[in-house]
Amino acid sequence: MIKTLQENFQKIQKFALLGGIVAIYLVAVGMVETFAQRNLIGTSLSLGHAFLVLGPIGVGILIAQAMKESETKSIYVAGFLAGALSSVSLILFNIVIQIFVIQADPDAVFYLRNMFVSFTPTAFEFLTFGQGMVLGNILLFLFFGLMGMLGVSFLRFPDKIRRGWINSLIWVLAVGLFSENVAQILRELFGPGLGKIIFSNKSMNPVAAIILFAVVFAFSYFGLKKEASDKWAAMPEEKQKKGRVFIIIMAILFVAILPWLVGLFLSQALFIIGMYVMMGLGLNIVVGYAGLLDLGYVAFFAFGAYTMGILTTTGALGRSDLNFWMALPFAMLIGVLWGLLLGFPVLRMRGDYLAIVTLGFGEIIRILALSNWLAPFGGGAQGILHIPQPEFFGLSMNSPQAMYYLVVLGAVLAAFVTIRLRDSRLGRQWMAMREDEDVAEAMGINLIQTKLLAFSIGAAFSALAGAIFAARLGNIFPHSFNILISINALALIIVGGLGSIPGVVVGAIILIGLPEMLREFAEYRLLMYGMLLIIMMIVKPDGFMPEARRSQELRDEKDTLPKQAAGTEG
Amino acid sequence: MGVILKTKNVTKRFGGLIAVDKFEIDVQENSISSVIGPNGAGKTTFFNCITGFYKPTEGKIIFDGHYIQGLTTDRITNLGISRTYQNIRLFSKMTAIENILVGQHPHLKTFWFEAIIKNKRFLKEEEDALQEAIRLLSFVGLSGLGDQVAHNLPYGAQRRLEIARALASKPKLLLLDEPTAGMNPNESRDLMNFIRRLRDELEITILLIEHDMKVVMGISEEIWVMDFGQKIAEGTPLEIQRNPRVIEAYLGRGAASGLNLEAKGVEA
Repeated sequence: MIKTLQENFQKIQKFALLGGIVAIYLVAVGMVETFAQRNLIGTSLSLGHAFLVLGPIGVGILIAQAMKESETKSIYVAGFLAGALSSVSLILFNIVIQIFVIQADPDAVFYLRNMFVSFTPTAFEFLTFGQGMVLGNILLFLFFGLMGMLGVSFLRFPDKIRRGWINSLIWVLAVGLFSENVAQILRELFGPGLGKIIFSNKSMNPVAAIILFAVVFAFSYFGLKKEASDKWAAMPEEKQKKGRVFIIIMAILFVAILPWLVGLFLSQALFIIGMYVMMGLGLNIVVGYAGLLDLGYVAFFAFGAYTMGILTTTGALGRSDLNFWMALPFAMLIGVLWGLLLGFPVLRMRGDYLAIVTLGFGEIIRILALSNWLAPFGGGAQGILHIPQPEFFGLSMNSPQAMYYLVVLGAVLAAFVTIRLRDSRLGRQWMAMREDEDVAEAMGINLIQTKLLAFSIGAAFSALAGAIFAARLGNIFPHSFNILISINALALIIVGGLGSIPGVVVGAIILIGLPEMLREFAEYRLLMYGMLLIIMMIVKPDGFMPEARRSQELRDEKDTLPKQAAGTEG
Repeated sequence: MGVILKTKNVTKRFGGLIAVDKFEIDVQENSISSVIGPNGAGKTTFFNCITGFYKPTEGKIIFDGHYIQGLTTDRITNLGISRTYQNIRLFSKMTAIENILVGQHPHLKTFWFEAIIKNKRFLKEEEDALQEAIRLLSFVGLSGLGDQVAHNLPYGAQRRLEIARALASKPKLLLLDEPTAGMNPNESRDLMNFIRRLRDELEITILLIEHDMKVVMGISEEIWVMDFGQKIAEGTPLEIQRNPRVIEAYLGRGAASGLNLEAKGVEA
C-alpha cells in the first residue's frame, strides 16, 4: 500500500493543491463566512460548511478517479491524505489572520483587513471550530482528511449503497437549502403544522433530516426507480400510450396548480422564469438553430414592452385606448419589423462581427429610450407609468398567478411554433446555415430570406415577452432593458443546450429560477453564474439537455423502410 | 447531344495573381469529363467560378442557355448545377437524412407557415422528400446509416453522402471536386464505377476535377489539362497521355524531354 501511495504521491500533491486553492478562494471571497449563519440542518451544519468542504470532497473524487485501478484501502488513505493536505492553505490562512488581524494593531500598515475584508476573526473562529490556534488547526486538518475520504466514498462504495448514499445526501442538502420554499409548499398542502415540525428558522430539524435520508436511501437501495421503469418497459404498447397520456395530463395539472402551491413570492419567480423561457425559445431560433450570435436580443424585448406601454397606458403618454389583448399583436408586429430592420444591415456579417453589431444595437435602443429626443413618446428616464393589467372576461389579472398562466401560454405557443418549424424545411435551412453558410447557400438556400425569418420570428417572441412584462409591472423604465437581459437569455440557452427546447426550460430554471429562490446568494450571484458557466463549458459543453437528433430513416421500422433498401445493405 | 456548359475566356485574378487564365471548356450533355492538372493549378478556383462561390473577373459562363457568371450560389444551384467539395463539407452535426433533405431544398415549395399548421400539402411534401432521401441513401449504398450524425460516418461514407446530397437537388450537371482524395486504389476504382453508374442511370452530366491522372483516364470522355491557370491541352484520354506539355506539367521539363525523345524513338 505504501508503494501505491508513493507512486501516486504526485497526483495527491497536485489535487491537494487544487482543493486547497478552491477552499481558500471560497473563504477569501467571504462565501464561507457569510453562509456560516445560514443553517441547513439543526444548528451545527451550515451552508458555510457545505462550501468549505467542496474543496476536499472534490479532491477525494478526483483521487478516486485517478487511482481507479488501485485497491480500495489505499485509495481511501490517499483520499484522506489529499483532503488533509488541501487544508494546509487554510491553516496558513489561520496563521495569517492570527498574526496580521487578531494580534495586529488596526492602524498598522499590515492590518490585512484593510485589503481583504473577509480576513476576519469570525472566519478564524469558524475554521478552527472555536478550539484555538493549535487544536483548531489539527481538527481542521483531520476534518478535511475525512472529507477527502467522503469524496472517495462517492465513487468507491458498492454500487447499491453508493447510489443511495449520494442521492440521500443531495436530497437532504437540497431540502435544507430550499427550506423556505419546501415549507411554503408543505403549508399549502398540509396546513402550517408539518412545516413547523420539520423546519425551525430555515434550518431542517435533525430528526427530519435523518428520516428523509433514510427514506431516500431506501428508495435508491431497493432500486424502486429502476423497478418502475422495468415495469413500464414490460407494459404492452397500448397501456404505455395510456400511461403517457396520463403523465402528460399530470404534468399539465402540475404546471397549472404550481403557482398556488408555492405562494405569491415564488409565483413571481415562476412568472420571470416563464418570461425567460419565452425569450430563450425565441433566441434559440436565432442562435441555436440559425447560428446567428445575437447579443442585442434585449432590444426586441424593449420594443415589445414600449409598444405595449405606449398603446395601453392610461397616463399622460397614452396614444390610444387599446386594451392589452388588442395591443399584443401590435407589440409582436413591431418586434418583427425591427427584427427585419436589424436583420438587413447585418446580413453579410458572421460570427464575432455579428455579435458586436447586435450588441451595439441593443445598447443604442436603450440609450434612445433614455434620450430626451424620444421622451415625448417613451417618457425618457421617467419611463412609462400606469400600464393597466390585462383583463380576462372582466376579471383583472392583477396577481402574479394570473400573469403566470399568461406567460405559460406564451411559452407553450413559442415552443409549439419552434418545434413545428424545426421539423420543417425552414428548420433544416437554419441548421444547414449554422453548420456551413457557404455550402448551405450552394444547396440553393436563400440566405437573406432564411436569416431574416430567423431574426423576425425570434424577435416576435421576445417582443411578446416584453409586452407581457410591461403589463405585469405596470411601469417600464429604460434601465430595465440593459445588456444583462441579453446575456441571461443567451447564457440560459447555452447552459440548457443550444438548439434544445427542454434545455431552454432547464436553463431558465437553473439560471433564473435558482437565484430567485436563493435570495441569500444575491451578493455572489454573478460569481456563481460565472463559475457555473466555466464548469459547464468544461464538463458538459453541449449543455444539460443537448439537442437530440430525430430518427427519420428508421422511425417506425415497419412502415417507412422499403424492403429492397434494407436488402441491399444486408 | 448538345453543349450543356460552356465557359468563354473565364479569368479569375486575386490581386496580381492570375488563378484562372482565359479558361475555356465545352462540356457535352450526358458526358463524363474532367479538368486535371497538378496541385495549385487553379482547378478548384475554376469550379468556384462556375458554381458562384467566386465571381469571375472576366469571361462568360453559359449553362443550359443561361449566363450564370456572377450569380449567387443558390441561384446557380436552382438552375441545376450541384457540386461536392475537395475537403468534405457536410453539415456535420445533422444526420445523413437531414443532409440529403437540405439538398432537396430547390424542389420543396411549401411556405414556412404551412409547417406551423401542418396542412396536408406540407405533410405530403415532407413525406415525399423523406422517401426520396431514403431512396438516394440506398442508391449511394448507405442504407441503415441515415440516422447517424454526418461527422460520425466513416470517410468513404461521407464522400458518398456528399454525392447523395448533391444529387438530391436533381442537378443536370454534377461537379465533383477530387472525389477520390484520400482513397486507396481499390476505393478509387469503386468510386469511378459508381460515377459511371450515376451518369448511366440518372442521365446527368458529370464534370470531375482530379490531379491524379490515372483515376480519370479510365472514365473520362474528354479531358482539359490546366497548369498555372491556363489550358495546356484538351482531348481524349489517349491524346492527353501522349501530350508532351502535359507530361512536362506533371513531371517537370527534364522528364518531359526524355519522354518526348522516347516517344519519337518509338515512332521512328
